[in-house]
Amino acid sequence: MAQLSCQNLTLGYEGKEILSGLSFEVNSGDYLCIVGENGSGKSTLMRTVLGLKKPMSGKVVTGDGLSANEIGYLPQQTLVQRDFPASVREIVISGNQGRCGLRPFYNKSEKQLALENMKKMGIEDLKNRCYRELSGGQQQRVLLARALCATRKMLLLDEPVAGLDPKVTADMYSLIDGLNKKDKITIIMISHDLDAALRYASHILHIGSDIFFGTRDEYLKSRFGAERGLV
Amino acid sequence: MFDQLVGYLQYPFVRYALIVGILIALCSSLLGVTLVLKRFSFIGDGLSHVAFGAMAVAAVAGITNDMLVIMPVTIISAVLLLRTGSNARIKGDAAVAMISVGALAIGYLLMNIFSTSSNVSGDVCTTLFGSTSILTLTELEVWVCIILSVIVVFAFIIFYNKIFSVTFDENFASATGTKSGVYNLIIAIIIAVIIVLAMNLVGSLLISALVIFPALSAMRVFKSFKSVTICSACLSVVCAALGIIISIIAPNGAPVGSTIVAVDIVVFFIFWLIGFIKERV
Repeated sequence: MAQLSCQNLTLGYEGKEILSGLSFEVNSGDYLCIVGENGSGKSTLMRTVLGLKKPMSGKVVTGDGLSANEIGYLPQQTLVQRDFPASVREIVISGNQGRCGLRPFYNKSEKQLALENMKKMGIEDLKNRCYRELSGGQQQRVLLARALCATRKMLLLDEPVAGLDPKVTADMYSLIDGLNKKDKITIIMISHDLDAALRYASHILHIGSDIFFGTRDEYLKSRFGAERGLV
Repeated sequence: MFDQLVGYLQYPFVRYALIVGILIALCSSLLGVTLVLKRFSFIGDGLSHVAFGAMAVAAVAGITNDMLVIMPVTIISAVLLLRTGSNARIKGDAAVAMISVGALAIGYLLMNIFSTSSNVSGDVCTTLFGSTSILTLTELEVWVCIILSVIVVFAFIIFYNKIFSVTFDENFASATGTKSGVYNLIIAIIIAVIIVLAMNLVGSLLISALVIFPALSAMRVFKSFKSVTICSACLSVVCAALGIIISIIAPNGAPVGSTIVAVDIVVFFIFWLIGFIKERV
């Protein structure tokens, strides 16, 4: 059974439809890139998959041992976070919050997990630094470490390289690729960067006026690939 | 001057004022960081005006224990304001402004039309600036204040990590299984309780100062959520104590509320300067 399957989704805002008849499946270990023009509903789709928003019709089903709140999420930065006084450690450990339920404080294994994920992201030496004083790339690593505290199975990334310079962007992509290949974490990524999407992804979902879902090779052979002269 | 202070401390009303003032300052500073970061600095203002309106209604209706009216009305308003937050048609700041001035106007209107006292403008001034009410507390009021403060501090400690998660990134928190709605509700209720408490101390016009200044001062210098929270609590307590003592000792009877806020402002500039120098070095 697929880890995540979206069945005949209709998405929209305040009764206005922006996307309909959307179906796709994500299996364990997949690397799915969601591409499409601005306003095509990429972020709305992401919010729906995360359960922050109800679809107008259709449904999102999780399976294969994945429960709905086990999806790690790397959001785009919000205004609030830009002047938030918080240390790196405080932010990373807050990824465990969902598992706490009513328990007020973090336990030992959660503290350990936060430390491991900081090591994995190479930000261990920043753990007492203030988040707002870090560079864009470092901040993304902090949020990625937090997302890894929330999941071991699936990560949703909303434009993870927006606003990063080319070198940091390349590092970020290879970091994400490593999580997918080495740690076997399923990746779903919204991206504007079609070249990178085609380099790393195993599957592509193109949304907009017409919808395409399939493997990377199928995408290249489709008329979207032909349009870009990639065949 | 020290002898004079010790002399004053003999009076129970001075001791009551100090106890209540310090407790209220402590409580109000705790959620300051969250409110500033959620762009709700003015919710204190809005809610206190609601409380003022509710107080006027209670007075007109002849209800002697006006807490019974003020508390629920303020809590409901807080819940409504914080709920609408990000995705409402009327945005947070506009909603706060609307409720705030609306309640102020209705309250003042009612107090004038159905006036039972001979000195309406004096009464209004007292509720707006809390000029003397803190020095006329009864023992019962002091106990109510102590109990509510203990509950607020306890709730804040229990929900500390959850408040952090919900403030830093509400979407992430809900997506990974934290019930953000519930915790926003708890934050709203705690704020409402603090504001009703604080009306006694600084009056309804100056409450925002008590909520925001310590948090902003602490944020100039400290870098983690925990250190900012602890620092703003300490600052707030020290400023409140200093303010009350100064206003008692001052020869011309400086009003308690505005003296505390003045001390808060001075401390803010000191911390701003420290932060400025720290960044340069």
